[in-house]
Amino acid sequence: MKDLVQKICSYLDSRFKLSDLLQFAQKKKVPEHKHSFWYYFGGICLFLFFIQILTGVLLLLYYTPSVDSAHESIQYIMSQVKFGWLIRSVHSWTANILIGAIFIHMFSSFFLKAYRYPRELTWISGFFLLLIFMAFGFSGYLLPWNELSFFATRVGTDIASTVPLIGKSIKNFILGGPEVAAATLSRFFWLHVAILPLLTVVVLGIHVYLVQVLGMSVPLSLSKKEVKEIPFFPNFLLKDSLGWMLILALIGVLCVFFPWELGQKADPFAVTPIGIKPEWYFTFMFTTLKIIPSHVFFIEGETLAIFGFMITALFWMLVPVLDRNSARGKKSPVFSLIGLFALLYIVTMTALTYFLPGI
Amino acid sequence: MKRLIRLFLVFIVSIHFPFCPLFAQANFCVECHMELEDELLTPVHAFKIDIHKNFRLDCADCHGGNPAEEDIDLAKDESFRGVPERLEIPGFCATCHSDPTYMRRYNPSVRVDQLDLYWESRHGHLLKEGDEKVAVCTDCHGTHEILPASHPKSWAFPWNISQTCGRCHSNQEYMEGYKMPTNQWDEYQESVHAFALFEKKDLSAPACNDCHGNHGAAPPEVTSISYVCRQCHPSQADLFSQSPHKEAYDEIGISECEACHGNHKISSPSDEMLGTGEKAVCIQCHEPDSEPYAIASNIKEKLDEFLKKVHYAKILLDQADMQGVEVSEPKFKLTEANTILVMVRNLTHSLSLEQIEEKILEGDSVVAEVIKAGEAAQREARFRKTGLIIVTFFIFLLATALFLKIKQINKKSSS
Repeated sequence: MKDLVQKICSYLDSRFKLSDLLQFAQKKKVPEHKHSFWYYFGGICLFLFFIQILTGVLLLLYYTPSVDSAHESIQYIMSQVKFGWLIRSVHSWTANILIGAIFIHMFSSFFLKAYRYPRELTWISGFFLLLIFMAFGFSGYLLPWNELSFFATRVGTDIASTVPLIGKSIKNFILGGPEVAAATLSRFFWLHVAILPLLTVVVLGIHVYLVQVLGMSVPLSLSKKEVKEIPFFPNFLLKDSLGWMLILALIGVLCVFFPWELGQKADPFAVTPIGIKPEWYFTFMFTTLKIIPSHVFFIEGETLAIFGFMITALFWMLVPVLDRNSARGKKSPVFSLIGLFALLYIVTMTALTYFLPGI
Repeated sequence: MKRLIRLFLVFIVSIHFPFCPLFAQANFCVECHMELEDELLTPVHAFKIDIHKNFRLDCADCHGGNPAEEDIDLAKDESFRGVPERLEIPGFCATCHSDPTYMRRYNPSVRVDQLDLYWESRHGHLLKEGDEKVAVCTDCHGTHEILPASHPKSWAFPWNISQTCGRCHSNQEYMEGYKMPTNQWDEYQESVHAFALFEKKDLSAPACNDCHGNHGAAPPEVTSISYVCRQCHPSQADLFSQSPHKEAYDEIGISECEACHGNHKISSPSDEMLGTGEKAVCIQCHEPDSEPYAIASNIKEKLDEFLKKVHYAKILLDQADMQGVEVSEPKFKLTEANTILVMVRNLTHSLSLEQIEEKILEGDSVVAEVIKAGEAAQREARFRKTGLIIVTFFIFLLATALFLKIKQINKKSSS
């Protein structure tokens, strides 16, 4: 038996050069220190993404992207297909946990100033990955064609239409017409299963490659003495796997005790339900748009807020370029404060959406 | 040239159009009454919202006279009719409202038989006898602030009718001498009809006039009550007509629907009204050892059994739903069982045990299917939990193994 395994390994090794890969992994070192806990979120994101691919592909076996049968096909998956309920719940729960993990990964990288030279492109590619995964969430939310997702998409795209000059064209392009309809479902499906996965493969490829080539960043606050290094394989990978196992158990519990609901089929002629809101990761923007005055000086409130978000996003993406102190290896408390403010703003606005929905 | 003149004329007329009211003839009825007080001033303000005003009718159209005359004596010319006596009011309004040619100018579909109906009503009979306390047109529609009956603020709008009638009929002092109860309004407020009308805002729910008539208002006779109810409840009435009760009621001379459901205070029917229980209406007439008594008991028993099954199926589905199992299909099937339940309840009006049993049998097969699906959903919920325990156990086992391996590696590298 042992001989057979050895034979297979040597067969594969001579063709795929696996021993070289193993050697690279063993040689590759990962810093270990009091903040290295945050490193594992990158691996968790990657793990969750693979779950999404696997469950997404399985859902595609039964899902039908048409207004007449999208909701029914999900209902069929959840009630008739063996373990269909599990696949769908895992896909929906994992999508949300993934976005949460990306946020944690992003803010931890920000506060540890992991974006500084030479990792600017790692940060920028990560920023694009966040946008891509938010787009994944937005497009995937509509696919079950239920009441909540239908009206949330309507509200979300109405926001996009407030962008001056090009807003209406953007909305028309996203929706495939002036209203959320059959064309919207087709577009969102195409975006969700073709365009975004393709973009992810490219951007994620760049991101992971840069991480491998440049290695993990060590926080500025730590001296070289405080940092020891461990081999990527097996030490770091085993710890990473432990995290994956715990996340997997959490997803299982959530899926069994809180299976993702399907809701009522969307009725375009129905009145918008009271308290409609987008997915939680968009609510900080949604609440900002709700509480901003209709006019700030002579500018329309919504337009100003949209501009504000666009400029903030641009600033956030260009942080590695703008934070000169970090690039020189110096402390940059101003950027730490900006990050803290951004984090508090997102948390407060998100909490307000759920705890004070009437504002 | 002619074309140019025509265009010029059109231009002149158009620019003067906004000033037309300035050239309108003055209405001296209004001008003078504006200077007066109390009941002589009230009509001027009240008439502003009146439906007649909307149709450009004015004081003189009802009261006669010449409003163009400033002098009061000249204004009250031979056409002046003044304020009608109470006994004259129906005829006063009917001058126009009973004239189809005149009424067609304003509303071709409006009825013009109100006066005829009124004289046939109890109010009309008494008025003819000289009783001035009975209702005339103005008591229900107002005098100078008359709104169309379709207007929510009209006294004749469904939401307001019970109050309009109740103004007189709930007034003990006013109704003294008529030998009539005055609690109809209070009773109606507690009825299922009032709930539908006021709480559910269902304008098709009956108010006083839907059962008693409006212009021809009269208390329904014993024989006509079922015909009043069957306007909205034809199925129940048809079943009742086929039942042995029909002949018996006719013989004894008791009203049909009212005997079990009451009149003004018609409460929401419940299953407790059936059978031989404390609240059952059957025991009001039937003795314990009689055959009808046994049938009543049997019907109730069958209904209760079916109800229990429907209830059990619902509990099963609700529990499965709460545990996250998708049960929308059996839930939809359960609505079919509920429809059958409604039909069974309706069939009780026929008192036909055979028909009821047949319907229940149909319902039983539907409920059995739902129960089967509900039990399968419960099993599925248990299976999920058991599966989770097993999978989580293996995940934690693997995690523990990983943890121990990490510890071992750490120990090895530190040594």
